[in-house]
Amino acid sequence: MTYTQIGILAVGIAIFLDLVVLHTNILKKGIWWISYAIVISFQFITNGLLTGFAIVQYDPAFTIGSNFHSDRPPIFGDGRIFFAPAEDLMFGFAMCLSVVAIWIFLGSKGIQQTPISNTSEKMRNRFKFLR
Amino acid sequence: MQLTNFAYLGVLAFIVLGTVWLEFVIGARVLRKPKRLILSLIPVFTGLTIWDLYAISERHWWFNENYVTGLTIGVIPIEELLFFIITPTAMLYSFEAVRAVKQWQVGDEK
Repeated sequence: MTYTQIGILAVGIAIFLDLVVLHTNILKKGIWWISYAIVISFQFITNGLLTGFAIVQYDPAFTIGSNFHSDRPPIFGDGRIFFAPAEDLMFGFAMCLSVVAIWIFLGSKGIQQTPISNTSEKMRNRFKFLR
Repeated sequence: MQLTNFAYLGVLAFIVLGTVWLEFVIGARVLRKPKRLILSLIPVFTGLTIWDLYAISERHWWFNENYVTGLTIGVIPIEELLFFIITPTAMLYSFEAVRAVKQWQVGDEK
């Protein structure tokens, strides 16, 4: 299998896990999309470093991109998004959704439901503009 | 070994520093639920490690030896294994921080 195929499969498994197996339905909640949006923006930075400096290199035979980059890949184009192969977004999405779905599932089954995440009154007031 | 060999570890350190403060400043209680954290990480860590094993053995990707420590477990660099613990935890920090600030119900509350 190629990286592209495994990536699509992993995304499918994660969605299946959330909606069908665990019934956590995280995908249908705003909290998922906000927190994932935060993570994906940092993913562009950290994964951009890992791939932009060619710390990790990819064989184009297994990705959407078709050229090998031993040095610096393009920031966009040739299957790259912020230096990283587009498949990395599938990898990240599958990983993030899976861990949150399992985390919420375990909580709903009574495993360490508390202490609930809760910021101080002072902080809450500071973040009032976000609510 | 040169300083550049710590590049991948440096990125991981950046992710840790960028997230763990949420535990103390925002009240995202992730590390305070260690059992739940470990149980959440085990299946994800296992799945990603199998994926990585396959991808490395099939040469889907590999690591620039100038930017990793060279320490491995089997064929997998320790940086990768740490990545599979640190980044899912970072996702949970983002999720719990949004929950703390927004005070939203998610379905796992008592």
